[in-house]
Amino acid sequence: MQTVWVIAETRDGALKKVSLELISAARSLGSGTVVAVVLGHGLSEPAAALAAGGADRVLVMDDARLATYAPDGWAAALADLAAARRPDVILGAATSRGRDLLPRVAARLGVGLASDAIEVGVDDGHLTALRPIYAGKALAHVAISGRPAMATLRPNSYPVAAGGGGGQLEAVSLGDYHSTVTAGGIETARGARPDVAEADVIVSGGRGMGGPEHFAMLEELADELHAAVGASRAVVDAGWRPHGDQVGQTGKTVSPSLYVACGISGAVQHLAGMKTSKVIVAINKDPEAPIFSVADYGIVGDVFEVVPALIAAVRALSQG
Amino acid sequence: MNIVVLVKQVPDTATRIQDRVTGGGLDLDGVTWVVNPYDEYAVEEALRIKERQGGTVTLIGLGPERADMALKDMLALGADEAIHLKDAAFEGLGSRGRAQVLAAAIRKLPQMPDMVWAGWKGVDEDQGLVPIYLANELGWPHLSFVVELTLEDGKVRVRREVEGGKEILETPLPAVLTAQKGLNEVRYASLKGIMAVKRKVIPVWDAADLALDPSTLSGGGVTVERIERPADRPPGRILSGAPAEAAAELVRLLRSEAKVI
Repeated sequence: MQTVWVIAETRDGALKKVSLELISAARSLGSGTVVAVVLGHGLSEPAAALAAGGADRVLVMDDARLATYAPDGWAAALADLAAARRPDVILGAATSRGRDLLPRVAARLGVGLASDAIEVGVDDGHLTALRPIYAGKALAHVAISGRPAMATLRPNSYPVAAGGGGGQLEAVSLGDYHSTVTAGGIETARGARPDVAEADVIVSGGRGMGGPEHFAMLEELADELHAAVGASRAVVDAGWRPHGDQVGQTGKTVSPSLYVACGISGAVQHLAGMKTSKVIVAINKDPEAPIFSVADYGIVGDVFEVVPALIAAVRALSQG
Repeated sequence: MNIVVLVKQVPDTATRIQDRVTGGGLDLDGVTWVVNPYDEYAVEEALRIKERQGGTVTLIGLGPERADMALKDMLALGADEAIHLKDAAFEGLGSRGRAQVLAAAIRKLPQMPDMVWAGWKGVDEDQGLVPIYLANELGWPHLSFVVELTLEDGKVRVRREVEGGKEILETPLPAVLTAQKGLNEVRYASLKGIMAVKRKVIPVWDAADLALDPSTLSGGGVTVERIERPADRPPGRILSGAPAEAAAELVRLLRSEAKVI
């Protein structure tokens, strides 16, 4: 793989962390040149972060017409650039934007795309990917053909690139631009708490929490751990928590460093969505609950006693 | 407003797929098949739009014999027509090939639809590619992960789910839209609906009906080489003692052993 492109993402003018994870993934392919590509408007900060973050070269398409995201316009701009420069591989993030944009680029280029992968590799000169299927109940090894061969990678699949700095910036101009879709911007939901799909730590609650009002306790714990708050399907279907917080086969599939399951029994549906977390903690009063079968650390007990004790212990740690 | 909804059949989400990994593949013999949950939201939204604005809702299902049942389940909710795309040449097609078949079927309809709806992904292969590939085949814009929708003057304005928020997008029709959980609550079929569907014969279109030469259907560039069972997690440790002790021990282990906090 001589040239690997990484499609960087920004939000509110800042580079998203997953972009630097993609640089690590690109490096792991043993590529000659890792090129980060960033589209948008007002990109000097993210472009500099990519250059410092380990990309050999950064293609910066900075244009007022790209100030807001539009799938068809952005896909055309990116596909035209790729058709002109002919990278061997394009990697993107399996985020709400990457999952929307990269397939359209692949369709325009008529090449293969492995979506939502957790690992990429090279076999006999071809891009390969490891994809969880059935929400992680099974893993598929796939080979991707076409040039460029494309894949989207889940956040938290690779570490942030070590950096190295000194990447070269190159401004790329946007030619004719047409987009049927027009954008009205992003409404940010809640304060500073991260989204479950991207969070490094998730505190999640199930039916055992007893009611929506008791999630305040989990939010308190989440704030101590800089964590997102997740929920089981039962809790979302009961209307206790928004659907965007649901972890599982019909919700988000997550792999944080730490997943704390509180009052979650561990239905197959739920386990599928969080089993790839690096460390799992389960707190449940039923010692037979299936959640304990995937937990690294378990506490059998009442969430209303254990969670407050945990909040106190985490506070003691951060003060000590 | 004429709407097409793509309906896929998937194994019930309670299925222990990990126990069905065998010889580098999956043995799905005897699983319970259900309508892809995200497609149900798409059908529901199409019905709501039809109820407000008039028009038709046509379901299209691409799959083997059993897909007939998924189409009937969704017809029972109140859709007008269903078409089953079935041909030996369609089996095992990749995402791009499936999009080509679906595009051919949509073009064959007596009237081009104003919208095509689908779930944002199938909860089987979890790819989320077919609707976007289809939009590209049709030359239409697409809007994905839709959780809210308003229609006005031939334009559709949506909120789509993004990390920690909602993104607002707008497009003139026709367009392809994909449903995310939270868009609506799916109705139950009425007894009348269920009875009416029993008598219904769903038309089947094959490659010849669609004037498709199977050799021109694209593989899509992604080949599954092998499917494996994910490794079981090593057994964990139960921390005993009073809540305060267990919690303190947990925090200590997370800090010094697991090194995650």
